[in-house]
Amino acid sequence: MVYKAQSGHPGGSLSCIDILVGLYRSAMRFDPEKPSWGDRDRFVMSKGHASPAVYSILRDVGVLEDTDLDGFRSLGSVCQGHVDRKWTEGVDFSAGSLGMGLSFGLGSALAARLDISERHTWVLLGDGEIQEGQIWEAAMAASHLEVTNITAIIDRNRIQNDNFVEEQMRVGDIASKFRSFGWNVIEINGHDMREIVGALSEAKGSIGPTAIVAATVKGKGVSFMEDNPAFHGAAPNEEQYAKAMEELS
Amino acid sequence: MTGISEPGASRDGYGDALLDLSSDERVVVLEADLGKSTKSCHFRAQYPDRTFCLGIAEQNMALVGAGLAEAGKIPFASTFAIFSERAFEQFRNGIARTGLVVHLCGSHGGMHTGQDGSSAQSTEDLAIFRTLPGMTVMHPCDRNSARSLTRNLLDHEYPSYTRTARNKTREIYSKEEADNLEIGVASELRAGEDATIIACGVMVERSLDAAEELSNHGIEARVVDMHTLKPIDKNAILKAAKTGAIVTAEDHSVIGGLGSAVAEILSEECPTRMKMVGVRDKFGESGSPEEIMNMMGLTSENIAQRVMELVRKPGRT
Repeated sequence: MVYKAQSGHPGGSLSCIDILVGLYRSAMRFDPEKPSWGDRDRFVMSKGHASPAVYSILRDVGVLEDTDLDGFRSLGSVCQGHVDRKWTEGVDFSAGSLGMGLSFGLGSALAARLDISERHTWVLLGDGEIQEGQIWEAAMAASHLEVTNITAIIDRNRIQNDNFVEEQMRVGDIASKFRSFGWNVIEINGHDMREIVGALSEAKGSIGPTAIVAATVKGKGVSFMEDNPAFHGAAPNEEQYAKAMEELS
Repeated sequence: MTGISEPGASRDGYGDALLDLSSDERVVVLEADLGKSTKSCHFRAQYPDRTFCLGIAEQNMALVGAGLAEAGKIPFASTFAIFSERAFEQFRNGIARTGLVVHLCGSHGGMHTGQDGSSAQSTEDLAIFRTLPGMTVMHPCDRNSARSLTRNLLDHEYPSYTRTARNKTREIYSKEEADNLEIGVASELRAGEDATIIACGVMVERSLDAAEELSNHGIEARVVDMHTLKPIDKNAILKAAKTGAIVTAEDHSVIGGLGSAVAEILSEECPTRMKMVGVRDKFGESGSPEEIMNMMGLTSENIAQRVMELVRKPGRT
């Protein structure tokens, strides 16, 4: 997708794809035959530039087709540059401006509570993204309002647009921060499927909002992209693409 | 239509409307620690389960509204007009762009707010929300019209921003008259063929006063309440153009507000001589509402003066 479009964000898509597999293949109440079913779990991809990961999992579960993915970032495509609920069936949230998804998820969770529904809301955040103050407005509100049906998953890939998070703006101990805001916290390896599935299951059953801090590798699975800030928002060239496909297959 | 004065502020009309709408279970109310001021507190007192108090956090409030709207709720969020601006990008990217319907009310708008000083005197809110595709923008002039127009948002297809005023203004519409108001349809409050004053919000009563004063000088000015700035009532503007002179009156910057909206229509469709009464690219300060309105040139005398400059009837002063 990113190679074909020659634009997009491969690094942060590869870091969270294992988590998305865990969500869509195990944790979420979601019917690919009825992706707009009103009582489905909601998935909020707050780091909207990781759209290739979302389109890939929606392709995997059969909501999107290969031709949809081929149009990524091109005029009229259902696969917009950043995930967009208006354009893509199965996408619940229109992202692209960081820091907004947890608030949206809180609204989804409150609606489920009003509806006396068991549906759960899952929000995927970037570790750079939590530099946005609005994240903490939402984190404070979720525990104050005693929301139990929301889980935030932090893709701790340690790299943001310009540089390593540590260099750009230290976010510190994310687990402690969420705990101090009244959240349950689970720390996992975000590429170990057993840990992912276990944490998602535990989060769904927990009392109170839960944050899963998932240690991940930006560009996971492609040697020259791994842990490399250059591939936050850059497409591979032809030679790099061939090497990446070989390594991923 | 000018009724006998019954005190009330347009923000009270917002509070009234939320109670009117409460029987619809889809209606939820969001607050950012200003419910006592915006008047959503009355809904909160009766329907605590459908009211979410989100603290002093307007950006979060906007997107919580979006999440509720996605699940079929009809959120009414409020804060001061000035703080609604803090959530502008959230409204742009999280609401207007996404096709979700959240209604935002900004109270205490404009210079009319007075004593709190320049930090609270929002004179940009109407302009900025008007730039968002699909957004409805309203500024009612009294309690009854604010109530009716807010009530009309229940099944409105678009997100909205409504500015209300902190301070009391006299009743312009009786309850029955207000019930007939429609979003996007301007209301002619006074007939006249020599000029038209197009006003919104707290400037409507001042425009009616100006028209009475002008009448003493032999000038009969039509007065139009343009309670909806977007979508704007183009027909009412083109009809006003036939009077040959238009003055707009708003407690808001002349950059991007009602005057600009009217000029956008006129300049393309029917160039007409016009003048704008509004805030001239400056900030206010603390003072009584009347002092500040005088200082900013937002009085009935200012409106009448502008009309006279345009009309300049031979043999009259």
